[in-house]
Amino acid sequence: MSERTLLDVRDLTVRFPTSDGVVQAVSEVSFTLSRGETLGVVGESGSGKSVSNLAIMGLLNRSRTVISGHVEYLGRDLLTLPPAELRKVRGKDIAMVFQDPFASLHPMYRVGDQIAEAVLAHQDVSKNAARARAVELLGHVGIPNAKSRARDYPHQFSGGMRQRAMIAMALVHNPDVLICDEPTTALDVTVQAQIIELIEEVKREFDIGVILVTHDLGVIAETANSVMVMYAGRIMEYGPAQEIFERPQHPYAWGLLDSMPTIEHRLAALVPIDGSPPSLLAPPSGCPFHPRCRYRFEPCPVERPPLVAPVPEAHPDACHLPWDTKVAEGGKRSIARLGDAA
Amino acid sequence: MSGNENLVELDHLTKHFAVRQGVFARGKAVVHAVEDVSLTVRRGETLGIVGESGCGKSTTARLLLRLLDPTSGTIRFDGQDISKLSQRQLRPLRREMQMIFQDPYSSLNPRKTVGQIVGTPFAIHGQKQAKTRVQELLETVGLSPEHYNRYPHEFSGGQRQRIGVARALALNPKLIVCDEPVSALDVSIQAQILNLLRNLQRDFELTYVFISHDLSVIRQIADRIAVMYLGRVVELGDGESIYEHPKHPYTAALLSAVPRASTSSRERIVLSGDVPSPVDPPSACVFHPRCPRFHEGHCDVETPHLRELAPRQFAACHYPLEKWPMTDAEIRQAEGAERIDKPHLEGAAHETVK
Repeated sequence: MSERTLLDVRDLTVRFPTSDGVVQAVSEVSFTLSRGETLGVVGESGSGKSVSNLAIMGLLNRSRTVISGHVEYLGRDLLTLPPAELRKVRGKDIAMVFQDPFASLHPMYRVGDQIAEAVLAHQDVSKNAARARAVELLGHVGIPNAKSRARDYPHQFSGGMRQRAMIAMALVHNPDVLICDEPTTALDVTVQAQIIELIEEVKREFDIGVILVTHDLGVIAETANSVMVMYAGRIMEYGPAQEIFERPQHPYAWGLLDSMPTIEHRLAALVPIDGSPPSLLAPPSGCPFHPRCRYRFEPCPVERPPLVAPVPEAHPDACHLPWDTKVAEGGKRSIARLGDAA
Repeated sequence: MSGNENLVELDHLTKHFAVRQGVFARGKAVVHAVEDVSLTVRRGETLGIVGESGCGKSTTARLLLRLLDPTSGTIRFDGQDISKLSQRQLRPLRREMQMIFQDPYSSLNPRKTVGQIVGTPFAIHGQKQAKTRVQELLETVGLSPEHYNRYPHEFSGGQRQRIGVARALALNPKLIVCDEPVSALDVSIQAQILNLLRNLQRDFELTYVFISHDLSVIRQIADRIAVMYLGRVVELGDGESIYEHPKHPYTAALLSAVPRASTSSRERIVLSGDVPSPVDPPSACVFHPRCPRFHEGHCDVETPHLRELAPRQFAACHYPLEKWPMTDAEIRQAEGAERIDKPHLEGAAHETVK
C-alpha cells in the first residue's frame, strides 16, 4: 500500500433485510483509491454502485442494514467508527456530489447560506467568515458574480450552476475523497462537459481522489484512471482504464460495449444483452451474469468465479472463460478498433 | 399511398406560450417555444430531432400531433392541412399518428392490466376482437400473450416500454412519434428497444419522428436529423453529413461535447454559460451570444435562415464551418472560442436563468 492511498475497501458487503427476504445489494467489493486517481464505477441500475458509496459515506441506516467488511480511510476503519467520530470525517474528508442538483439543494434557502452552513458544520468560525468562504468557493467553481449569486435561491440557478454549487459545497473543507454519484446524468451534454472538466480541475488542483459513478462509458473513458465494472452487487472486472478499454476481459463488459450506440458511426445493428438484470433478493447461482451470458459453459451456473487476474499481466476479472477466449473476444471490443471502423 | 412522398410537412410553425411573471403574476411574458420551424418527414424514414432541454423538440412533436395548437404556421399530415381542424375532426386521423413516451413508469396506468392498456385504442375506435389482436401485438413486441392479465408494476422498465410500443402499434398507425423512448432505460435494455423499433419500422412500414438528447442514439436510429436550439432548427441533414461535416457551430459544439469511449483525444469547444431563456431570446441568430464565430453587427442583426450548404444539408448560419474537426490553430483563430485547457468560465456572466 502506497502512502498516497486514501481509501482501502475490502470485502464490503451490504445486505438489506426486508419482509420479502434479504436484498444482497453489495457483495465482497474490494478496491483502493489513491490521491490523484479517478476511479470510474460502471454498471446498470441495481448493480450496487450507489449503495457501496452510501456505505462508504456511512449514510445507510445501521439499524436496517447489515454491513460487513472494511472501509479504511487513512488507516481508520470507517465502518467501526462511532457515529460521532464518523460525522467528523463525513462531509469533511470524504464529500459527495449527488446526481440530482434539483433535489439536493433546499429550495427555500439562499445558495450561499446553504454552503455557509456546510462550513459551520465542521469549523468554528463566524457566520460572516463562513459566508465569505461560500462566495470564494462559488467563484472557484465558476459561478460568475459569485458575491451576488450567493444570495440567489436554487430556482434562480440553472442545472449546471446548481451542480457547480453542489461541488462547491463538497469542497468546503478541502476533502481528500470526492464521491460523485452520476454527477452529470441530469444535465445537458454541453453542460455535462463543463462539469466533468470542473471535477478534473478540482482533482488536479487539490490532489484528491475521485470516485465517479456513471453508466456513461464515454465519461469514464475520458476521465478515469481505473475502472470497476459492477453487476448484481459484485465486481465483474477491475483494472486500469486503458487496459479495460483496450481489452475488456469480462463478457458483461463486452455486452455493455456491444449494446452501446456510438457517435462515431451508425452500426449495422446493436447487440443487446438478453434478458434483464436479476433480482438481488435471489441472485442467480454461480456467476450472477450467467443467465444472460452468451459465453456460459458448464461451471458458470454452479461455481462463482472469484475476482482474480487470469494471468499475471492481466487485471482481475470474475469469469471462468479461458484466457485465450478473453484475449480474442476482448480484442474485438477494443475501443481503438471501434475508432478505426469509423 | 398518395403520390406525396412527405407524410408530414411543417411550414413556418411557431408556438408561443404566455406566462405570467413577477410579484402576484402581474407581468406578462411570452415563451418562444418553437419559432418558425419548417420540416418535412418522408414516408418510411426516421427523422431524428436532437437538442438540449428547452430547445423545443418535444413541443414541435406535440404540435405535429396537434396535442398543442400552433400559434401560427401549418401542419400537413398525409397531404391534409390539420393545423385548424377541431378535435372532433382530428379523431379519425388520431389512429394514424401515435406516440411513445419517455417514462415507462408514468405513461402506463398502474390500475389497468396490460390487456386493457393495449386494448384501449380498439375500444376508442370501436373495433371488436380486441383480445386476440392484443395478444398478437404483445408477441410482436417481444412479450408473451400470457402477460395479458398482468399489471404494469409486474414488469421491468424495458418490458413496460414494450407495452407502450404495443399500444402505439395497435391501430396500425402511419406515424409514431417517439419522445425520448430509451432515455430512462439502462444501456443493455436500450439496445433491445432500439432494435425492436427498427424491426417494427421494417415490418410495418412505419415512419418515425424520434426525439432524443442523446447524440449516439440519434446517430444509430435516424436517417435524417434536425438539430434544434432555442426553438429553431439550426441544422438539418442526413446522419452522415451532420456527424461528419457539421456546418453550424452549435452542432459542432454539441458533437464535440459528447464524451467518447475512443481514446483518441479531440479538440473540444466548451460553450460558456447556459442556454438563454426562451422568454427573451437573443436577437437575430439566437446562438450568437455563445457562438465562437460571432460577427458583431451581422449575427446579432440579421436572422440567418436555413440554406443548403452541401447537397441536402441545411444550416441557419452566416458563417458556417468549412471543415470539421478544426485544427488547433483554426480554433484559436475563431474569435471567443474557449478551449478546454483554458479557464472557460468568463463570458458566462450575461447568462442568467430567472
